[in-house]
Amino acid sequence: MSLESPLNKVLGLGSAKEGTGHWWAQRLTAISLVPLTIWFAIALLGLPHGNYEMIVAWIAQPLNAILIVLLIISLIYHSSLGLQMVIEDYVHGAAKIVVLISVQLAHVVLAVSGIYAVIVVSVGASQ
Amino acid sequence: MARTDRPLSPFLVYRWEISNTLSFLHRMTGVMLSIGSLALVGWLISIVAGHDAYSRLTAFFEGVIGALILFGLTFCFFYHLGNGIRHLFWDAGYGFEKQRARMSGWIVLISALLLTLAFWIVA
Repeated sequence: MSLESPLNKVLGLGSAKEGTGHWWAQRLTAISLVPLTIWFAIALLGLPHGNYEMIVAWIAQPLNAILIVLLIISLIYHSSLGLQMVIEDYVHGAAKIVVLISVQLAHVVLAVSGIYAVIVVSVGASQ
Repeated sequence: MARTDRPLSPFLVYRWEISNTLSFLHRMTGVMLSIGSLALVGWLISIVAGHDAYSRLTAFFEGVIGALILFGLTFCFFYHLGNGIRHLFWDAGYGFEKQRARMSGWIVLISALLLTLAFWIVA
């Protein structure tokens, strides 16, 4: 006899009720990262890395700034979801929760730092 | 059930397949790229910090250690990208046949190596 309620069976959700959420978000960010990372890799090849002013001007262009922010959000979210899986597979006991919390908070810090930098460079360059 | 009948760890039971190495590599390169995202954010922060900080960062990545890190990340990126697309096709239900999965695996690995070399020849 199954203890699962008929509704949960139909919805296909586990006890935590968010089983597909992680999987879905990982795919969604994977799909957005395909064009974003290819765009960024090609852009990096063409950038004059020795010229600070030109790098600032390039980031400050609205389309570039928006795409970099989208890249940061997709990348950091995808990274957080991926590392969470790796940690859940290989780290056990009390260390697991500590490592998970540290890694997830580090991702939030990284994302905020990156987005902040793009905004500051964009605003600074337009003044 | 006798003790000897118990299931063994996968690495003792399965013979080597390109697929299992690639699966492992997907995780490894993913972890490396997570660490590599520090370089992307560091690059942006150094630009905010100013001309000097930016020059120091570019000098580091033009040095031997920095360039090696970037070269490694380039391979991780192209491999994870290619194999990620391979995974998305599997999610959509395509390419599960043994021969096709092996073939796509080799294509991903070889194209990642070639794209890495091509990227650094252009760069």
